[in-house]
Amino acid sequence: MKKIDKERVLLAIAAPLLAIAVSFLVTALVLLVTGKQPFDAFSIMFDYGFKSDSQVYILDKGTTYYIAGLAVAVGFRMNLFNIGVDGQYRMGAFFAAAVGGAVSLPNFLQIPLIIVVAMLVGGMWAGIAGLLKTKRGVSEVIATIMLNAIATNVIAYFLQPGRLGHLDKAQTQVSTTPLPSSGYLFNFDMGELNGEIYGFIVIAVLLGIAYWFVLGRTRFGFDLRAVGLSESAAEASGVSVKRMVLTSMLISGALAGLVGMPTLLNDAHKFGTEFPAGVGFVGISVALLGRNNPIGVALAALLWAFLERTSTQLDFEDFDKEIVGVMQGVIVLSVVIAYEVVRRYGLRRQQQKVGEELAAQAKNKQEVAA
Amino acid sequence: MTATMTKTPPPAAPKAPGGKRRLTLPMIMLIIAGALALVSVVRIITGQDQLTAEGQISAALGLAVPIGLAGLAGLWSERAGVVNIGLEGMMILGTFFGAWAGWQSSPWIGVLTGILGGMAGGLVHAFATVTFGVDHIVSGVAINILALGTTQYLAKLWFNSGEAAAKGGNPKQSPPVDSLPSITVPGLSDWLHDIEGHGWFFVSDIAGILGGLVTDLSVLTLLAAVLFVGSFFILWKTSFGLRLRSCGENPVAAESLGVNVYLYKYIAVIVSGGLAGLAGAFLAMVPTHIYLEGQTGGRGYIGLAAMIFGNWRVGGLATGAGLFGYSDALQLRNGGPTVHALLLLLVVLLAALGAWKLWKKAFVQGAIAVGVAALVLVWYVLTDEVPDEFVGSTPYVVTLLVLSLSAQRLRMPKADGMRYRKGQGK
Repeated sequence: MKKIDKERVLLAIAAPLLAIAVSFLVTALVLLVTGKQPFDAFSIMFDYGFKSDSQVYILDKGTTYYIAGLAVAVGFRMNLFNIGVDGQYRMGAFFAAAVGGAVSLPNFLQIPLIIVVAMLVGGMWAGIAGLLKTKRGVSEVIATIMLNAIATNVIAYFLQPGRLGHLDKAQTQVSTTPLPSSGYLFNFDMGELNGEIYGFIVIAVLLGIAYWFVLGRTRFGFDLRAVGLSESAAEASGVSVKRMVLTSMLISGALAGLVGMPTLLNDAHKFGTEFPAGVGFVGISVALLGRNNPIGVALAALLWAFLERTSTQLDFEDFDKEIVGVMQGVIVLSVVIAYEVVRRYGLRRQQQKVGEELAAQAKNKQEVAA
Repeated sequence: MTATMTKTPPPAAPKAPGGKRRLTLPMIMLIIAGALALVSVVRIITGQDQLTAEGQISAALGLAVPIGLAGLAGLWSERAGVVNIGLEGMMILGTFFGAWAGWQSSPWIGVLTGILGGMAGGLVHAFATVTFGVDHIVSGVAINILALGTTQYLAKLWFNSGEAAAKGGNPKQSPPVDSLPSITVPGLSDWLHDIEGHGWFFVSDIAGILGGLVTDLSVLTLLAAVLFVGSFFILWKTSFGLRLRSCGENPVAAESLGVNVYLYKYIAVIVSGGLAGLAGAFLAMVPTHIYLEGQTGGRGYIGLAAMIFGNWRVGGLATGAGLFGYSDALQLRNGGPTVHALLLLLVVLLAALGAWKLWKKAFVQGAIAVGVAALVLVWYVLTDEVPDEFVGSTPYVVTLLVLSLSAQRLRMPKADGMRYRKGQGK
């Protein structure tokens, strides 16, 4: 048994590595075709990526991407495509920022309040899609895409002076009222030049552990994965599929609500027009690349942050930073194909093995009989 | 907000299981006439002539075409059993390559290149989903990411240097493309415009709508109309179409009858990519004349929603696309007061629905409908117009509402989105 497990692990690692190799190859080809030196570009990226200020940035960005990846992964584990993480995260962050700016409580109440609001709003926004799916049979894919667009408009409506918006002193930028300093989460200071690592990274690590524990070690996680593997089998064994769909949608949305927290609590302290958008789609990419595994997603999130950080340097050295977009796209596409190829290969191996063992047994029996 | 859904009649003939009656042509005409009369009444009460103005309809048509083409693209692929959420990415490829070839040569070559660009996206999707059996939605999302990254990179490379930059290109947009010809039916258009000007009940509304359909019509709009009719004919009236649809309903059975399922799926997904590419090329050529980053703005997804709304049928899809185009146009043309007028329409419809449900002894549903109608009426009376952001959300809210009301009566192709491997039927 041990041996098969080792092989499985090897196969599981092979796919993403294969995909990353393919994507470097394709990117190199694209660069060559467009008349640039690929190896120069890669070496610039690596040099820059391993500077200490880059590493701080990568950890900070990676924290955000990691939570987004987990939010998507919860859905993926039960075949639920929460494409709406983006909208849920913006709604959660926006209303949390608004509430956080409006009240001023002591630190140990203020921060939990903001976090809880973000999770509630994110969960509710996802819950709409969950309800539509369970009660009315609307595909969650379409519903969450529509909700993303509606979220954009809802935020645009409230983010205006006189509603929940707040003009800054220069009268140029609108954002929510900045959080009082009791709403600031601690940072790890990494020295003058290197910047600070967000304190929220601790919570992100805890979330990863909780994700692993709940999905891998509890009855609920077992039910959730069972629904993902076969709805009918899960239903037959007494799991209410509808209830699981709604619950995991709510969990996914609540996690999505947390995605904006590192930026809000550790960095910007307000929600304005410059608040990052599109993080939900990064979450989809890293969840796919990390195979919904808490450690895999973490590595994928760091890789994404690495690519993003190092791309800025390319612009200074006669390359175009947009090449990273090509790279990320190729990684995602090749990783999903690689997983499928590896899965088929694994299946075939397994069948062959079983066949060999059965043949050996049959032979033994014959020999015993003879 | 939601009242726009009645601008056009409900999707034609959802064939619910249990042999529900199909809508016949006279019935459909009656429903359309009834809806028009209702809209006309609302127009006269509220004085919002924009509701059926020629400009409004013309704008709606222009916005409906890319959505409709995207929906048609989705239809081709899903009828063959491949869910295509990569439509958005294929549209992006269409806008980019259309404008790229278009500004250097003629817009016609641009349209062709845009289609080819979309087809390339379709080929990748087919490769991933059919040959390798990757989950369709995962592959589609990957294609959207890849298409966006690739076009951003190439746009910076190709539109930001040399001649292109001199002609107004930059990393986020292309140099302008020449116009494609557009058609206005001489005489008829002016005559209809006159009638519309009188503001007569019903007649002027029809004149406004027809006027919008014959004024300043892009040739690509005509091409789209031909493609709609052609797709219906090919998919439902030829043996090729029957085989293609059989791959979406039951690929194993199709295989056992000698249909090369992989080939049909490949054809369907590549055609789908080409149509999405055309939708993108339309966006780049007709309303704006340039490629603009983020131009598609989620229309690929809306097209998919229009297709689901249309119950995976051509007619229903066209209705859905018209509906989305109309609500999109409201947003462009200072829609606040117009949408406000439509609130009244919504009140009437909800009240009617509530009364019907009460009469049918569905008391809870009826009470909810009447209650919501009352709330909307209060909203209507207390305000003068609907905020812009709400107008912007209209198409999405309508989509959700319509899907939540009708999702259970829809029937998608049976093997849609399922993994199929050659030889399963043996």
